[in-house]
Amino acid sequence: MTWIPPLLVAIPLVAAAVVAGLDHITPEPVQDALVVIASMATTALAFALLWHAESHEVVHWFGGWGTRHGVALGVDFAVGPLAAGMCAVIGLVVTLALLYSLTFLREAARLFDALMLVALAAMCGFAMSGDLFNLFVWLELMGVAAYALTGFEVERLGPVQGAVNFAITNSVGGYLFAVGIALLYARTGALNLAQIGNTLSHGPAGGLAIVAMTVLFCGLLIKGAVVPFHLWAADAYAVAPAPVCAVLGGVMTDIGLIGVARLYWTVFDAPFGHGHAVGDVFLWLGIVTAVLAGTMAFLQRHLKRMLAYSVLCHIGIMLAGIGLLDSSGLAGAELMFLAHALLTAGLFFVAGILHVDHGLIDELNLHGRGRGSWMPAAAWFAGTIGLVGTPYVGIYLGHGLIDEGATELGRPWVLALLWLGSTLAGAALLRAGARIFLGWGEAEDPLLGGALEEDPHERHVLRPLLLAVAVTAVVLGAAISVVPGLGQRAEYAADRFRDRAGYAARVLRGRPATPPQRLPVTIRHTSLESILYGAVATGLALGLAGVGLYRRRLPPGVTAVAQRALAPPIQVLRELHSGVVGDYVTWVAVGTAVLGGVWALLLHG
Amino acid sequence: MALLAPALLGNGALLAWAIAGLPRFGDYRGPYGLVLNRIVVPLRHTTNVVMGTTFDVRGVDTMGEEFILYASVIGVTLLLRDESGARRVERRTWRLRADAVRLVGVVMVGGGLLVGLWLVAFGYITPGGGFPGGVVLSGAILVLYLVGSHCDYSPFRNQHVLDPLEAVGAGGYVVTGLAALVAGMPFLTNLFGFGRTGTLASGGSIGILNGAAGVAVTFAMLLLFAEFLETYVVPLEPEDVGS
Amino acid sequence: MSYLPYAVAAWLCLVGLAGVATSRNLIHLAVCLTVTQSSSYVLLLSVGYVKHGKAPIFKGVPLGATAVDPVVQALTLTDVVVSVVVVALILALALDAHRLSGTVDPDEIVDVSG
Repeated sequence: MTWIPPLLVAIPLVAAAVVAGLDHITPEPVQDALVVIASMATTALAFALLWHAESHEVVHWFGGWGTRHGVALGVDFAVGPLAAGMCAVIGLVVTLALLYSLTFLREAARLFDALMLVALAAMCGFAMSGDLFNLFVWLELMGVAAYALTGFEVERLGPVQGAVNFAITNSVGGYLFAVGIALLYARTGALNLAQIGNTLSHGPAGGLAIVAMTVLFCGLLIKGAVVPFHLWAADAYAVAPAPVCAVLGGVMTDIGLIGVARLYWTVFDAPFGHGHAVGDVFLWLGIVTAVLAGTMAFLQRHLKRMLAYSVLCHIGIMLAGIGLLDSSGLAGAELMFLAHALLTAGLFFVAGILHVDHGLIDELNLHGRGRGSWMPAAAWFAGTIGLVGTPYVGIYLGHGLIDEGATELGRPWVLALLWLGSTLAGAALLRAGARIFLGWGEAEDPLLGGALEEDPHERHVLRPLLLAVAVTAVVLGAAISVVPGLGQRAEYAADRFRDRAGYAARVLRGRPATPPQRLPVTIRHTSLESILYGAVATGLALGLAGVGLYRRRLPPGVTAVAQRALAPPIQVLRELHSGVVGDYVTWVAVGTAVLGGVWALLLHG
Repeated sequence: MALLAPALLGNGALLAWAIAGLPRFGDYRGPYGLVLNRIVVPLRHTTNVVMGTTFDVRGVDTMGEEFILYASVIGVTLLLRDESGARRVERRTWRLRADAVRLVGVVMVGGGLLVGLWLVAFGYITPGGGFPGGVVLSGAILVLYLVGSHCDYSPFRNQHVLDPLEAVGAGGYVVTGLAALVAGMPFLTNLFGFGRTGTLASGGSIGILNGAAGVAVTFAMLLLFAEFLETYVVPLEPEDVGS
Repeated sequence: MSYLPYAVAAWLCLVGLAGVATSRNLIHLAVCLTVTQSSSYVLLLSVGYVKHGKAPIFKGVPLGATAVDPVVQALTLTDVVVSVVVVALILALALDAHRLSGTVDPDEIVDVSG
């Protein structure tokens, strides 16, 4: 089955070329069908690959160039169950988004579809690649497709600004990655991840490797929208059309984190894995991102911007899980990715439906207008509960595994902080849902700032299709925690992913992986602590949502104290997210310098 | 912002530290490049090892790169589109009147086309390749716009022709790779006979991929120029109306 | 001399980033981004240089001759294409920004923030 990995990239790319090239020649229904078939075929192949990759590490050397005397000559795709799982979810989300956009956007449909297919190919390629420069190529390809898709609505200034911020910040990130490649290539003379890891495991790492690691990871963290590199994300997701947001927020941002994990576990574990310095920095960045993004989510009234911050909050939790550097943490991040991708996509789809129904996408302006549309409401609330982490719904299992990992490492305080983040983001979404679908709460709230509006794309849409896609996404996402056997398989996949020596042996010398012993097919249990945290988080989210809805009814003493205490920090936060790209690039420079300095101090000598 | 200067200084310090660990300029010792310099010519019979690397050893990177170009053309078309027709353009058809400049322009077009075609055709034998060749070709065609008129250039702005041709270039690359897959070999394996070193008939599929890249790049650049020219609005001179 | 190319690359990087962070014109910003990205080309090509090495093109040149690294040249080729592409997109966005708001100042085109 080694012929599958290149197909995951080749099929969408060929389809994109055909669809865009034959734009004026073939009739529309044919092109629509071609696009959806290509996407579905890729997804189906990804699932086949996942099933096969459980017992084999699937390695495909392009052009038949393998290794010679231990020097890797060609480019390889090395796919284990974790990478294959990522491809499967990416394919699923993109297929859902394409189905949704069949009716949601008719304008420039062929160009849109071609770019979505290119993004699909690039994300799958990135997840599978075992070569450092190849990762860079796919990173830039998905970026180019995404910048244009973000700026889709060219008749308004917001999308232009969002696309500009996205393009410039992420290009700087790609550039940093290229510098890292040059530095690492100078040090090791290789571009193959396994070979670089082997070379770095001999001898001291030196400043060159530390700086190379800093710039490589910073480039990926920009893509993954982690504090302080996250500022572009809310601008971009607020203005992109709903299906694009589903793909960007659901899978593309997360892919940056998969790159971080891949790079760490194949290359930098060798020289720096004996301590926890690298992982601890990720852990702290993740915690700060989760809490900051959760807070910002609560301060939003534009639904897509709120969802953007919710995405960042979960990114933070996933990065913290990766930063724990053990299998539970990584498996938890994996499972969170699966659930979060589908649930976030579903919520973006519901936001799109609201936009089409009412022409509005602002929580306060939509006050009470959703009353009576019970299916979108059900999807919204189900998605939100899944994202808060109510026990055994949605992201719960992933979060529970991260909790276990943190507890095993003797850091129980991590749990409280991460659950706080998802509580805040969940509270924002619950508040929005209650305001829109139930009509609760006041119609004005100055805490949430000024309104941003936009016009919907199409007035005549096939609403049942939009609903079906949204409901499918939410149901699949919510069910992740209760799929029998998924938890154990995720842990096994994480074990395989972390095994650097085994990976290097398989890629460079063709040594086959040992097949797993039979994995149980039961729902994985989590600790009592996690259940308690999940329940408390749900309750707290509901309470916070209530406070958000009925703020005016609090006793005046409480509101006055809260106002004095919270207003200045909120003002500062709002000003930091200024919308000006120069500030964002400054923060990128600051972040890189600080991370590099911290790692230099912790790792040198 | 006050944070910028210290941040840049900090980054500069990090870079200086990294540079201190680099081998001296000219001291490249890494195995990858040295091995390729020794084996690409005997194995693939292409004397230009850089192109052999680009289109064969690391062919999948180039496939991604071609699609980066393709996606950017689609992206620019998307961003500069005018669906409502609200931005109607009046075109200037002012003709360049100085004969000397026109002569130089014609020579540049002809010369550029020849150089570009040579770069693409012989790209895998001598310095050159599909990418620089394609850029030179598209640049030479653009000179037609500079020294001719809008009318002279309009065949090269016809998107109904340019779109499929660019798709052929980009898609052709993937199809060549798929052909190997269908034949049971890894994707993008060099399938065809390698011919005699140093001749046009060497390198196997490197020649085909090089040509595909040249086609894709030429038409991508022409499409980009066309898109940007669409937005160029200049009022018609009275004597040009109706020409 | 033995570290000068690397120093040039570092300088270009910092100057380019300073330009991007302080630019008040999107077109100027695109060019600053190009400057930053060109530092990666300089770095890549300097890393692959072999003293007294010729170009890795063996037409009329004996096979064992010292030649520089071909891999970094292939990488730089891809890098250049990426840079061109990003500039094209930013220029298109600048055109759109100018059409919609009359300005290409990134500070002035802020529509979403907070």
